[in-house]
Amino acid sequence: MLAYILRRIFQSLIVLLAVGFVAFAMFSFVGDPVDNMLGQERTQADIERLREQLGLDQPFIVQYWRFLEQAAQGNFGLSYRQGRPVSEIIAERLPATVELALVSGFLAFIGGVGLGVFTAIRRHGLLPSFIMTASLVGVSLPTFLIGILLIYIFSVELGWLPSFGRGEVVDLGGWTTGFLTASGLKALILPAITLGLYQMTLIMRLVRTEMLEVLRMDYIRFARARGLTEKTINFRHALKNTLVPVITITGLQLGSIIAFAIITETVFQWPGVGLLFINAVQFVDIPVMAAYLMMISVMFVGINLIVDVLYFAIDPRLRIERSVGGH
Amino acid sequence: MQLTHSKKTLRTMLLTAAVSAVAISSVSAETLRWARAGDSLTLDPHAQNEGPTHTLAHQIYEPLIIRDMSGQFQAALATDWAPSPDDPNVWVFNLREGVTYHDGAAFTAEDVVFSIGRAQSENSNMKELLNSIVEVRAVDDLTVEMVTDGPNPILPSNLTNLFMMDSGWAESNGVVEVQDVEGGETTFAATNANGTGAYKLVSREPDVRTVLTQNENYWGIGQFPLEVTEIIYTPIQNAATRVAALLSGEVDFIQDVPVQDLDRVANTDGLIVKTAPQNRVIFFGMNMGAADIANDNVDGANPLADVRVRRAMNMAINRDAIQQVVMRGQSQPAGMIAPPFVNGWTAEMDGSVSTDIDAARALMAEAGYGDGFSIQLDCPNDRYINDEAICQAAVGMMAQIGITVNLDAKPKAQHFPLITNGETDFYMLGWGVPTYDSEYIFNFLTHTRGEDRGSWNGTGYSNPEMDAMIQSLASETDLSARNATIQAIWDDVQEQQLYLPIHHQVLNWGMSDAVGIDVSPEDDPKFKFFTMN
Repeated sequence: MLAYILRRIFQSLIVLLAVGFVAFAMFSFVGDPVDNMLGQERTQADIERLREQLGLDQPFIVQYWRFLEQAAQGNFGLSYRQGRPVSEIIAERLPATVELALVSGFLAFIGGVGLGVFTAIRRHGLLPSFIMTASLVGVSLPTFLIGILLIYIFSVELGWLPSFGRGEVVDLGGWTTGFLTASGLKALILPAITLGLYQMTLIMRLVRTEMLEVLRMDYIRFARARGLTEKTINFRHALKNTLVPVITITGLQLGSIIAFAIITETVFQWPGVGLLFINAVQFVDIPVMAAYLMMISVMFVGINLIVDVLYFAIDPRLRIERSVGGH
Repeated sequence: MQLTHSKKTLRTMLLTAAVSAVAISSVSAETLRWARAGDSLTLDPHAQNEGPTHTLAHQIYEPLIIRDMSGQFQAALATDWAPSPDDPNVWVFNLREGVTYHDGAAFTAEDVVFSIGRAQSENSNMKELLNSIVEVRAVDDLTVEMVTDGPNPILPSNLTNLFMMDSGWAESNGVVEVQDVEGGETTFAATNANGTGAYKLVSREPDVRTVLTQNENYWGIGQFPLEVTEIIYTPIQNAATRVAALLSGEVDFIQDVPVQDLDRVANTDGLIVKTAPQNRVIFFGMNMGAADIANDNVDGANPLADVRVRRAMNMAINRDAIQQVVMRGQSQPAGMIAPPFVNGWTAEMDGSVSTDIDAARALMAEAGYGDGFSIQLDCPNDRYINDEAICQAAVGMMAQIGITVNLDAKPKAQHFPLITNGETDFYMLGWGVPTYDSEYIFNFLTHTRGEDRGSWNGTGYSNPEMDAMIQSLASETDLSARNATIQAIWDDVQEQQLYLPIHHQVLNWGMSDAVGIDVSPEDDPKFKFFTMN
């Protein structure tokens, strides 16, 4: 068990290093930060001085090595754009993204399971077919379009919900939360729906398929034969057995919700790490881009590591077939 | 429009409880909620020479001289200024009496000496504007002399974004030096501010929200409207969201209204759009200096080196079509690369171009390129209004005279290094002139590329005679002689067709009709001039 975990951690570290390597190799194609940092009146001497100061005159391997050296000591450098420590900026922005991701993940799960069960039990009729068709739209419409559409309807035309920002936030010792104020909660609604819609339709279709599968099983037939109520059969027996794969997928999707919040955050001016990353790309703010990409890859690798270890604990077959590493 | 609004009213009435909270918060008359695409990069007034950064700094800090909303000089911390009668190399500034900083400290000549010195230090981004100043002297508490390395008639133009900081405050907070990005430490001045301006900083979360409140001890009370008592500044990057925020009444004032949404905003009850020419001209540059250029299909020669080709290209551009189709009327076709506010601009030169495809074809044939050639056009796609679309239009126009243009549009962070490194043959550039004087244009765009001048001259053009004339502008005190030199340089620039001017950009501000202000050519609202009904 221990050897397996250590091996997985070692593999994860290699993945992280590879992500950093690819990221730094690409930064030179994003553009030249010096042009953004100095005004249009700068001289050639200024440019060279700054390039040297920032180490941009070095090959990317050297830049990467310097980043790793610093990062190992917990120092991610100063943002070129804001002139403040990157770790401080990310710590400021992370709560917004995490709260948005949790709420939209929660909405997606509740909505997805509810609609999935409904469309599985009632396979015919106008409403279920409407939901199935609408879910296709949810899967295929791009996020920014959904966001703009929601803003148009609920902010511009109806005036019910704010079109941008996080509303008022309460600072709980370094963690800012929008859960405690009315404007903070209102501001969460549209971005959370926008971000969660795709996941919701995904979960809904998954639940429906799984549920239909389970409902054909013998034990469901026997349950019916025993005269149990439909409610008990559907929710106590069928749904429970459906949820195992659904929860696994939802857990994994939470990672991608955080990582792909970029577009939603841009549309709603949501002050999270995704918007920070977009700004960093436009400004060629290399320290912020590097730290963000590392953070996201640590998150993905971490989630996968936990899932692998859990599988190992749950599934005895993995303990016997030693060559198999994860899924 | 009417229908949706009555619907809106009905729904608002029905949903009293939920909606009244929103409605109440949006009624307060003196608070101005302001949004634009980008945020200020730092509160340190000398660290960045960049539009949004200066705009925010102008509310909190003040320079000696400002430009008012129409671009004219106005006394700020200096009450008057003039060259010294005794020495042509000295400018004398008389300072305003009784001005205090937000923390109560008095503004004195000592602070001017300190602030100019700070702005000239190595990490400052403002130092290039102060190259000519060799010494700043405090004669007494309210008089300052600036000594330049030769007579400098336009020194005041370089001081309109040069903010005054309290030397005592800077010393006690360890911010005597401008922040060094690689220094490893963030500085106090980047996140705190203590100016003399009409507004004080209340709170700031970078990229999220900045709140300012009126300075009750401001020296200008009674002289300016000062009707805005609180400013809430929110950057909203996405254009559609920014417009939606204005339409829904969540903000009162936005800059950077996209051209396709102008009608929508203007036709909404309670909202207005104000438009004015911006201090920025958009044009194409051509690499005429190289013996052979890389991205064309002509071997051993550079077609752009031939002035007839450049003139033909200039004639091929249909500026009216670009204005009407690409810009939806929101531009002014240009015939020279100076905005209309700038000393040296003439209506005659600016109106000198017309599209003439036949004449252009004839010129191409005369130059030996009757069958045309192919070339790559480099274009930014996130810098100017509809930049990529303008380039696309130019591709079609060039095709009419046989020039096959391959368009390569990229983000500005990748585009601009091509120009400054001389790696492009045909490129788009826009230029604003903060000094309102042609010398600024010549220094950067037409002087031979070298150590101090010509850093944005991507054309490879080099003319020692013109260089000498440009250098003479810096110290010519006889204004009519200086203007004659400026005119002579422009004649050369036009004659040689160094650039292909496209248009002057037009600025649009969208606002609630309660807000009263005209658009400033530099896109920098100064809220002390705003009125609120």
